Amino acid sequence: MAAIEASGLCLDFPFYHLGARSLKKRLLGGARLHTDPSNRVVVTALRNLDFRIVTGERVALVGPNGAGKTTLLRTLAGVYEPVVGRLLVEGQIGALIDVAAGMDPESTGRENVTLRGLYRGLPDAQCAELVEEVAAFAGLGDFFDVPIRTYSAGMGVRLAFALATAMQPQVLLMDEWFLAGDAAFMAKAEERLARLVGGADILVIATHDFSVVRRWCTRAIRMEGGVIIADGPAEEILAGMGV
Amino acid sequence: MLDRTAATSPAYIVDAADPQHLRRAIADVTLGFSRWRLASALAWLDLRNRYRGSVLGPFWLTLSTAAMLLGLGLLYAALFRMSLAEYLPHLAVSLVIWNAIAQMVNEATTSLTSSEGIIRQMPLPYTVHALRCVMRNGLVAAHNLPLIGVVFLACGHLPGPEALLAIPGFILIAINAFAAALLLGMICARFRDIGPIVASVMQLAFFLTPILWKPRLLGHWEVLMPLNPFYAVLETVRGPLVEGGGPLIAWVAAITYTVLLVAIAGAFFVRFRGRVAFWV
Repeated sequence: MAAIEASGLCLDFPFYHLGARSLKKRLLGGARLHTDPSNRVVVTALRNLDFRIVTGERVALVGPNGAGKTTLLRTLAGVYEPVVGRLLVEGQIGALIDVAAGMDPESTGRENVTLRGLYRGLPDAQCAELVEEVAAFAGLGDFFDVPIRTYSAGMGVRLAFALATAMQPQVLLMDEWFLAGDAAFMAKAEERLARLVGGADILVIATHDFSVVRRWCTRAIRMEGGVIIADGPAEEILAGMGV
Repeated sequence: MLDRTAATSPAYIVDAADPQHLRRAIADVTLGFSRWRLASALAWLDLRNRYRGSVLGPFWLTLSTAAMLLGLGLLYAALFRMSLAEYLPHLAVSLVIWNAIAQMVNEATTSLTSSEGIIRQMPLPYTVHALRCVMRNGLVAAHNLPLIGVVFLACGHLPGPEALLAIPGFILIAINAFAAALLLGMICARFRDIGPIVASVMQLAFFLTPILWKPRLLGHWEVLMPLNPFYAVLETVRGPLVEGGGPLIAWVAAITYTVLLVAIAGAFFVRFRGRVAFWV
């Protein structure tokens, strides 16, 4: 059983490396910027989020840029610890937020896949399995043993996509992404994505693309300025947004 | 398709009202050390990428240390009116170990900020980044260590069985390196001015620590030497290799400084670990 439970979840981003004093003068008009008790300028990224996601739900996070969608995903993934509130994520988490993170441009495709296996904490045998699987799916041929610095954009996407989707987590967290492969690859990608999403108990995806919401999601959470302004069945929320 | 991997714990719970700093910090360190293979793979990559395309690669460091040893050795042996055979073994051990310590401290200041891209994208124990920094510097130092053997052979200096005491000395250095990578890595992520300060402190420390000169040149001030943490730690390796075993006071001081550094780094890590992702 997988579940995500958030109650009163808050997250403030401090501005550390900017001149706090001048910044305050310039920016402290907006409601989301304020100073915290230790007199730092902070921006409220998430404010008082309450929601519960259970097994079988496919949730879309929708809202304008800066609404806090990716920040919420990163918090769910365990990158940021909330400053107020409680968060529980049950089930093994797989986060596809920035698929290129941790890739070494000077290493070959094969070396990068092994490295990713190590990042995920896989034992040797499973690392080798991962290499085989990614090699078969990405279809890079000889380029698999060439430094990825030399890859074309499309080849990079293939490798990243194959690598990212070579897992079967219970809780799948996805940020919006762009597929730029060729047509034959897109068909293969679609099928693989469907299998990944179908195999997960919970999907949370941050997206601007409403066709993605309609196609994949059962529920939508609409965010703006770090707060949830609507939460319900995907169709209803989309209708509420006028699409 | 790979099976469900048991890499992460099945339930991730954070409650700001009950942050459990200590438990999380301990989990970070134990999980981080269990991922030592990742840290070592990254350390090798760093080294390979740093010297990509270079013919000699990291052996340039060996070469430049060798040149420095020869130049400084000839000059300072003359200045201090010592024979080369007497002075060079001291200089070789001091310089090689000092280079390792100095580089380690300087890179410790960026141990976390240099991994910013990973820290903000995937949940990984911060220990892994500190370990990567320690391992990378260990690998670099390993390229210089053979110089000590070469100098010993050339000068006919043969340390006795007490040379084995250098092994606990190296272990002390490694423990300090890890603690420094965590502590300086965190402090320098939060306060970006600390890095340059550390660099200039290390430069000053090079002259205040008996590397070019021998402690006994200080005369009756020599008793104050253990107050310098770099001397104490350096002596735990140099003593066994050059002096036939270091003074007891140096060992006591070195262990005390190590305990202090580990305690400070530990306390800082326990308290502020959760903030690192916001700092980098």
